[in-house]
Amino acid sequence: MNKTLGAIAAATVLGTAAWAETVAPTAVAYDDYGAVEASLTGTPGDVENGAVLMNKGAGNCVACHQIGALPELAFQGEIGPALDGAGSRWTEAELRGIVANAKKTFEGTMMPSFYKTEGFVRLGNAYTGKAHEGDVAPLLTAQDVEDVVAFLMTLKDE
Amino acid sequence: MNKASKSASYIALVAASAFAVAAHAGPDEDSLTINGETEIVTETAAPDHLSDVFDTIYSGWRFRTDETQSLEMDDFDNPGMLTVDAAMEAYATAEGTVGESCQGCHEGVETFAGLTPTMPKVDEETGKLVTMEDAINDCRTERMGADAWKWSGDDMQGMVALIGLQSRGMPMNVAIDGPAAPFWEQGKEMYYTRYGQLELSCANCHEDNYGNMIRADHLSQGQTNGFPTYRLKQAKLISKHNRFRGCIRDTRAETFAEGSDEFRALELYVASRGNGLSVETPAVRQ
Ligand code: HEC
Ligand code: HEC
Ligand code: HEC
Repeated sequence: MNKTLGAIAAATVLGTAAWAETVAPTAVAYDDYGAVEASLTGTPGDVENGAVLMNKGAGNCVACHQIGALPELAFQGEIGPALDGAGSRWTEAELRGIVANAKKTFEGTMMPSFYKTEGFVRLGNAYTGKAHEGDVAPLLTAQDVEDVVAFLMTLKDE
Repeated sequence: MNKASKSASYIALVAASAFAVAAHAGPDEDSLTINGETEIVTETAAPDHLSDVFDTIYSGWRFRTDETQSLEMDDFDNPGMLTVDAAMEAYATAEGTVGESCQGCHEGVETFAGLTPTMPKVDEETGKLVTMEDAINDCRTERMGADAWKWSGDDMQGMVALIGLQSRGMPMNVAIDGPAAPFWEQGKEMYYTRYGQLELSCANCHEDNYGNMIRADHLSQGQTNGFPTYRLKQAKLISKHNRFRGCIRDTRAETFAEGSDEFRALELYVASRGNGLSVETPAVRQ
């Protein structure tokens, strides 16, 4: 994309953000490799909130991943690879796909699908052990996903 | 970067991080002798039915810190023994409308030596899968005229541990064929089901990732040879079903009830994954 085009695109995003539709979990367009080209919200991700989500509730990425950029987080897990350099290894679209539903990129992976609302076995009501009732919220909201992706894009190889 | 070079560098990265964590991955090298006399097998060849997934099975004791491990090495330090002592008293106390104690009918509790390694097992007459809790409550309600104990209460788990203690050091050896086969299959199916919003199966954590840290927890193979175990976090003796319930709840799933037929089947299957490990109860875990 050349500069002018980029500026126009940015302006359009800004201009449309107010009424841009959030892409529903069931409507996300994954390509053959599991990447998601388009932003889920049209609003650029917030890197700082993305960093917070690494350690928080439904995100809790550090349960399974080490993140060298956040040494203050205690007890970083070792189930998946360290996320250091993820922003150099993957494109933004690829990272969006991995965070939204990693099973589309890594078949059968243990990594939870953070932007998905269907197809669960015995879905519970959060951590109560009781059955879920009513509408299902994804583990991360669409904007959370964008924020996480924005943070991951800052994790470049040295 | 094209796909091929990307996956090559991805593999290199995984290899590098595996190398970096090798220092604390896996079980430790310690060996367990209780009270300086009872040797516990905490590592042995995997049973045949697991040969395509494991070479070796390990007791959960091998994944705990030295501090937690030491609490199990001497009964005077083992906080679970208090509940077992209380069960010893209950064993000799008459209760219920019949006015009998366990001891009145069964004599010394040591007569139960050898029972725990075979539990749960199928009752030949009823065709039901019977856990130790079932056998005990059966005696209470049918033979003593007493109330059933709650599955995970101290009364019940103390008694399960007391009976288990009579087999401490003996190898787990549950039957999985014949009438047990359908229950075992049901339990196996559950073990590999990815439950809840996190879509995690027992195998995701305890088969594919034992030895790895998940947040602050050092994952073991999820064996049950130490049950009932004294869990420091809950400060009590806990049942197998209580542990299963917690593990399933943590996947953001609707769990099963303690004492449900589903958990009986899962108990049999998980026990069979530990065939060959010593009965360790009351084990101590974090
Ligand atoms: C339950 C464990 C678990 C959790 C929680 C988890 N992941 Fe993962 N993740 C994995 C595993 C395992 C892989 C390796 C993919 C595979 O299965 O081949 C992975 C892979 C990845 C990758 C690609 C690896 C690379 O090359 O850098 C990224 C990026 C990633 N995860 C990000 C996240 C983020 C962001 C979160 C939190 C929102 C998260 N993960 C939460 C287990 C987890
Ligand atoms: C009135 C006599 C009586 C009393 C009291 C009694 N039992 Fe039993 N118990 C039996 C009989 C009879 C059986 C079935 C035959 C057998 O296997 O020994 C049995 C079976 C058992 C079994 C299963 C044994 C096996 O091999 O499968 C256990 C465990 C058990 N009792 C524990 C207890 C406990 C613990 C108590 C006290 C809470 C108790 N019983 C009280 C008579 C009694
Ligand atoms: C998200 C990961 C995870 C999943 C999924 C999981 N567990 Fe666990 N489990 C743990 C952790 C963490 C512990 C405590 C540390 C350890 O022993 O692994 C534990 C402990 C246990 C223990 C106690 C082991 C001991 O030595 O006392 C048993 C038994 C167990 N799990 C069985 C199961 C069963 C059966 C399932 C499937 C229904 C299951 N777990 C699913 C994480 C998990």
